[in-house]
Amino acid sequence: MSINILTVEGLSFRYNSVEILSDISITVNAGDYIGLVGPNGSGKTTLVKVILGLMKPKKGKVSLFGFHSGDFKDWFRIGYLPQKISFFNPYFPATVKEIISSGLFSKKRFPRRIGKSDETIIYEAMRLMDVLNIRDRLIGELSGGQQQRVYVARAIVNEPELLILDEPTTALDPETRDIFFNTLQGLNQKKNVTIVLITHDIGSIGKYASKILYLDKKIIFYGSFEDFCLSKDMESYFGEYSQHIICHRHDY
Amino acid sequence: MEMIDFLTYGFIQRAFIAGSFIAFVCSILGVLLVLRRFSLIGDGLAHVTFGSVAIALFLKQEPIYVSIPIVMVCSLWILKLIEKARLYGDAAIGIVSSVGIAGGILLASVAGGFNVDLFSYLFGNILSISKAEVFTSVALSIVVLIFISFFYHEHFSTTFDEEFAKVSGINTQRINSLLVLLTGITVVLTMKVVGIMLTSALLILPAVTALQIARSFKHTMVISSLVAVSSVILGISFSFFANLPTGATIVMINFVFFIGAFLFRNVF
Repeated sequence: MSINILTVEGLSFRYNSVEILSDISITVNAGDYIGLVGPNGSGKTTLVKVILGLMKPKKGKVSLFGFHSGDFKDWFRIGYLPQKISFFNPYFPATVKEIISSGLFSKKRFPRRIGKSDETIIYEAMRLMDVLNIRDRLIGELSGGQQQRVYVARAIVNEPELLILDEPTTALDPETRDIFFNTLQGLNQKKNVTIVLITHDIGSIGKYASKILYLDKKIIFYGSFEDFCLSKDMESYFGEYSQHIICHRHDY
Repeated sequence: MEMIDFLTYGFIQRAFIAGSFIAFVCSILGVLLVLRRFSLIGDGLAHVTFGSVAIALFLKQEPIYVSIPIVMVCSLWILKLIEKARLYGDAAIGIVSSVGIAGGILLASVAGGFNVDLFSYLFGNILSISKAEVFTSVALSIVVLIFISFFYHEHFSTTFDEEFAKVSGINTQRINSLLVLLTGITVVLTMKVVGIMLTSALLILPAVTALQIARSFKHTMVISSLVAVSSVILGISFSFFANLPTGATIVMINFVFFIGAFLFRNVF
């Protein structure tokens, strides 16, 4: 029996009078790898922010690991990579290691001290995202791709059960992007980490995701990758060629 | 006069002790405020302090005890204005600051008789600090430092990436309130060291000096506090021997440190 990680029921969200999300209902189970796709302004980031409690919905409810999101306390079970750091200050004097260490705070009780036992975990996250050689450099001195790898390392340092990533590969070069997707696949398949990945990289998502959630203010499609590839309706949204790209690598 | 004689004076010892503690607290809070682009809150709350000192003098009470609660309430008011009135930080600070100083001027004008006392607080005089004021300053500085130390990681996370901090389970609203409340207490204490007019300098200058050369967040805190405490010690000593106003000398030495750090970063 699959374990329910995330449930969204009848969720709607408005910003001023503009409807951003309408009647969204989804269930995410442990081990799912969900590709969240849709055009710009389709509400992908808003949906993730509502799920994480960063925005309050107009109606509907969100449950995380069986708890109503308002009562959820075990934030260490969730890793999050935002689309961009809000109000990012390029002169912020934080090293790569300090930023990645901050990913551990959600697991710590007050006064949230980083101990010697945490060093191994931080080292492993840095190794995985290939940032060991830049661990003492300031974040503002790094390229966009390097910064992105640091934020991914911060999101996974806690070994979360649910990993939510908002366009994580935009600043990565093709080689790093492949390594990144392989790392995610490893986390998903070997450690059963549930992944929700917002992306426009439809070629890669077709290669790795087990489910596709196609959003355009409302749910256009939510189901298994196989059903997605067999669905004729998708042609009208994606276009025949796009659907072919997504499905091709799975030989559908 | 020799240095050793100078150090035996009680008022110099009191100035060194209180000044160092207050400068240390300012330097730590300053790093957090500067990085959040909230530097001018010190200036705004200093103006509120002016109004609160007027109230204290009117009520014939000790200014520090009247000012601390008033300034703490106003610091929360700034946060509420940002949240509820959809204002940017600088506009909210501008409102509270101007209301504070206008209130002080009106009260001084209506009550009359204490203008000289009130305006003496504008420039401060740490050499006239009493034993009771030293005790209060040191005790409150320790309280502020304990709070910052306990919530160090929450402050780091909230300052760097507030959204991520929220998803880490950190109550960022509470951390923001704590930061402005501690800033309020510190601003009132700083009034005695450099005066209301120059309060924000003690919050901003050590922090921006450290930001020129620091290689980590922790490093920034350490450099900022070293610069702040050194400036106070050097400022008190130099102003005494050169017969200069102490507060202004402390600020100018802070500025010299900033220029030095700026040149160091750009030359080396």
